[in-house]
Amino acid sequence: MSSAVVGNPDVRHPNLQAGGPPARARSVVTEGRVVRVVLIGVAVVFLALFLVLPLVTVFIQAFAKGWSAYLAAFTEADARSAIRLTLLTAAIAVPFNLVFGIMASWAIAKFEFRGKNLLVTLIDLPFSVSPVVSGLIYVLVFGAQGLLGPWLIAHDIQVIFAVPGIVLATIFVTFPFVARQLIPLMQEQGTAEEEAALTLGASGWHAFWTVTLPNIRWGLLYSVLLCNARAMGEFGAVSVVSGHIRGLTNTLPLHVEILYNEYNFVASFAVASLLAGLALVTLLVKSLLEWRFSAEIAAGARGH
Amino acid sequence: MAEPPLRPRRRFRQPSVIPGFGITFGYTLTCLGIIVLLPLAALVARASGLGLSGIWAVATDPRVASALRVSFGVSLLAALTASVFGFLIAWVLTRYRFPGRKIVDAVVDLPFALPTAVAGIALASLYAPNGLVGEQLAKLGIEAAYTPVGIYIAMVFIGLPFAVRTVQPLIVEIDKEIEEASATLGAGRWHTLVKVVLPPLIPAVLTGFALAFARGVGEYGSIIFIAGNLPYVSEIAPLLIVIKLSEFDYGGACAIATIMLGISFLTLLAINLIQAWSRRRFGYV
Amino acid sequence: MGSSTAIRVENLSKTFDTAAVLHDLSLDVQAGELLALLGPSGSGKTTLLRIIAGLDFPDRGRIIFGGDDATRVPVQERAVGFVFQHYALFKHMSVAENIAYGLNARKRADRPAKAEIKRRVGDLLDLIKLSGFADRYPSQLSGGQRQRIALARALAVEPRVLLLDEPFGALDAQVRKDLRRWLREIHDRTGQTTIFVTHDQDEALELSDRVAVLSKGRLEQIGTPDEVQENPVSSTVLKFLGDTIEVEAIVQGGEVRVNGRLTPVKAPAGLVGPVKLYARPWQLQFAEPDQAHLEGHVRSSYRSQGRQRIEVDRPEGKTVVVEASDTHRLAAGRPVGLKIIAGYVFKD
Repeated sequence: MSSAVVGNPDVRHPNLQAGGPPARARSVVTEGRVVRVVLIGVAVVFLALFLVLPLVTVFIQAFAKGWSAYLAAFTEADARSAIRLTLLTAAIAVPFNLVFGIMASWAIAKFEFRGKNLLVTLIDLPFSVSPVVSGLIYVLVFGAQGLLGPWLIAHDIQVIFAVPGIVLATIFVTFPFVARQLIPLMQEQGTAEEEAALTLGASGWHAFWTVTLPNIRWGLLYSVLLCNARAMGEFGAVSVVSGHIRGLTNTLPLHVEILYNEYNFVASFAVASLLAGLALVTLLVKSLLEWRFSAEIAAGARGH
Repeated sequence: MAEPPLRPRRRFRQPSVIPGFGITFGYTLTCLGIIVLLPLAALVARASGLGLSGIWAVATDPRVASALRVSFGVSLLAALTASVFGFLIAWVLTRYRFPGRKIVDAVVDLPFALPTAVAGIALASLYAPNGLVGEQLAKLGIEAAYTPVGIYIAMVFIGLPFAVRTVQPLIVEIDKEIEEASATLGAGRWHTLVKVVLPPLIPAVLTGFALAFARGVGEYGSIIFIAGNLPYVSEIAPLLIVIKLSEFDYGGACAIATIMLGISFLTLLAINLIQAWSRRRFGYV
Repeated sequence: MGSSTAIRVENLSKTFDTAAVLHDLSLDVQAGELLALLGPSGSGKTTLLRIIAGLDFPDRGRIIFGGDDATRVPVQERAVGFVFQHYALFKHMSVAENIAYGLNARKRADRPAKAEIKRRVGDLLDLIKLSGFADRYPSQLSGGQRQRIALARALAVEPRVLLLDEPFGALDAQVRKDLRRWLREIHDRTGQTTIFVTHDQDEALELSDRVAVLSKGRLEQIGTPDEVQENPVSSTVLKFLGDTIEVEAIVQGGEVRVNGRLTPVKAPAGLVGPVKLYARPWQLQFAEPDQAHLEGHVRSSYRSQGRQRIEVDRPEGKTVVVEASDTHRLAAGRPVGLKIIAGYVFKD
């Protein structure tokens, strides 16, 4: 190429004129080393202060009076019944939402119909409702003064301040978890594989079990994991419908609250540590799933 | 040619060989109706019984007004903080390689996984005047626990993952060739960031902000322990619903809930508008 | 070749939402033939294939399989082998499991024994020359290998008809060539009635026994590759099958004139007045001005696959391509005359 094209060689570009050794070459698509280190530092310190420190505090406080005080928190009958109720609630709410999520995502992802976007928005609705309001609406339906209240009283059925209310409120707050993870995943996978199975003679049910389900299994596991964490940890909604009857309608998070308000900090944090442990296991399995099956999970992961 | 012209029909559903639409669609609607729509309709019915004037009367009650102010005002500030630091964290996590990056990335989701009550008591004990952090802050003359500052801290905690996780996937998708193009055209790094990299990310940042804001307004468990719940000072709107309910003042509870729902819907609407705009402007959400 | 009709498509019409994609389309497929459905995108060819398979439903019309009305027969019972454009292999299953899928999906009473399934999978792997690949997964295969697995999977159920949707669309040029030849071989060996969809004329003309040219949801022409090339029934077919030049012409007394000068082209009976004359690049020759039908200036000339192609700018602004056997380059800007030695005339 002639020098006329690149310009007069005597007139150097200003940046090239500076004397001394050339700056150490670095990628043009990143920031300087100092900037990088500072930004990483700020991010890590911020996360440590705001997120990690509270988690660590739970365990420090739980073990503040040693192992025996820690374990004593779980020998109490109320604690045991809270654990039982939390497990029971999750054991109903999670499978319910699992089935709902699969049904909803099949209808939404595999078919084209009008009003689909509205349906998806409605399924997402519980995410944008305050937990307290989520509890309140069930009180309005099933409470003594509620829509169905008189009928329920006449038939001696108790929903509010009882286990059914707790289960319903938990189902509500975890309602979108499975569906919203599976819908984008199944949409991305399209219908070609199912159609292929059908042309090969498979029934719809056979195609679902042998083709669809294996394709979504990791996304499904991922969403069930998050759904379960929320179901076991839900506080606001459950608090409104539970009535806080010790030994009967207390879940683990409610038990934490009661102990804390009674200034029984060690027991409160001990029970809290159980839930924190659950959260850690959830995060660990979740991260492992993400690292291993990133493509399958990324489809649905857009902030919960 | 004897055949009459076909009139294209608008169908509810495109025909498909995939079976099971009827049952899955029916089941979905039934569950949605019973679990979500019916209870929400009960709230709307109650609130419309109060009428606009009734709701307005509750909203202007000084204690309620103050609680709404605290909830919305503090949540706005907290969402702002979460958005700024959330963006920074998302950038650091996607663009830089450093030891422990994957662990830091996993930690971001902690507020999603940790039950709010657990977070609440942990924050309360940390920021109490005799707590690990509270003590240091007290020396600086800052009272965190039992003031709006405490509420702010809890809301930042709860909102941060929303801010990070909405921006992060878009930073991943940025085509590095665009930055290289900018560099070959003579732009410095800072110029490239501000003029080329940031503008397409703005919708996602706004969406993250709106999500964090909505979550902060509705949040209950992680706030009530640290807030102290002093009427007119550090009492939040969701707590007031609980208080009204315990006094069997269903009307009052419904009025506050309706206002909060209204704000949630406006936020949702804003998010949808942002995303619609973003799709038009940038071709993605 | 036997001439019994394997599949009859009768008066098929189909609309999507507001757009009509098939208009009253009828078509016969002979047993054992390899039929290409050729058309540009949006011509309805894939929809037609999917309706034959039972994956889409017509608004009107019938599909008849060997004398039986199959219009309402569900896809599972049609016994078709469908090869999807992007193969739709089951990612979580090995190659052998993919091929055996249709056999395993049968009800217990109709299902072959395990050993029999294994043997059939082995035979099919031999047929597609991927014998050592039984335990691989689709992600470990190249595009061409996946394509062959998809074909073996479709053949495993011993279909009445094999349907391929853009079978070579997702492959690069060389693999494409090899697979074409190979598909033809497989067809000749198995005698399987086969329909494939393509938008690539060369592919359709090279591979098929007969070509059905579709345009805007209608069947324009069906015939052997020679028939459609030599006697296109419409300008649509003609233009779709290759490069053409298009000039205004006048028909009088069966003779076709361009710019007042007689051409050797014969007009079909009944066509008179102003018409369009179409010619292929090799149906033009350079000629002295007093014999030329058209005039112009050389824009550029280049070699393509051993032939010299010359672009000529015509006075009214169009550029035509002429294929010449003499291989010397013509200087750009040089005035030339063009003589039409053959061509086709249509009203439009």
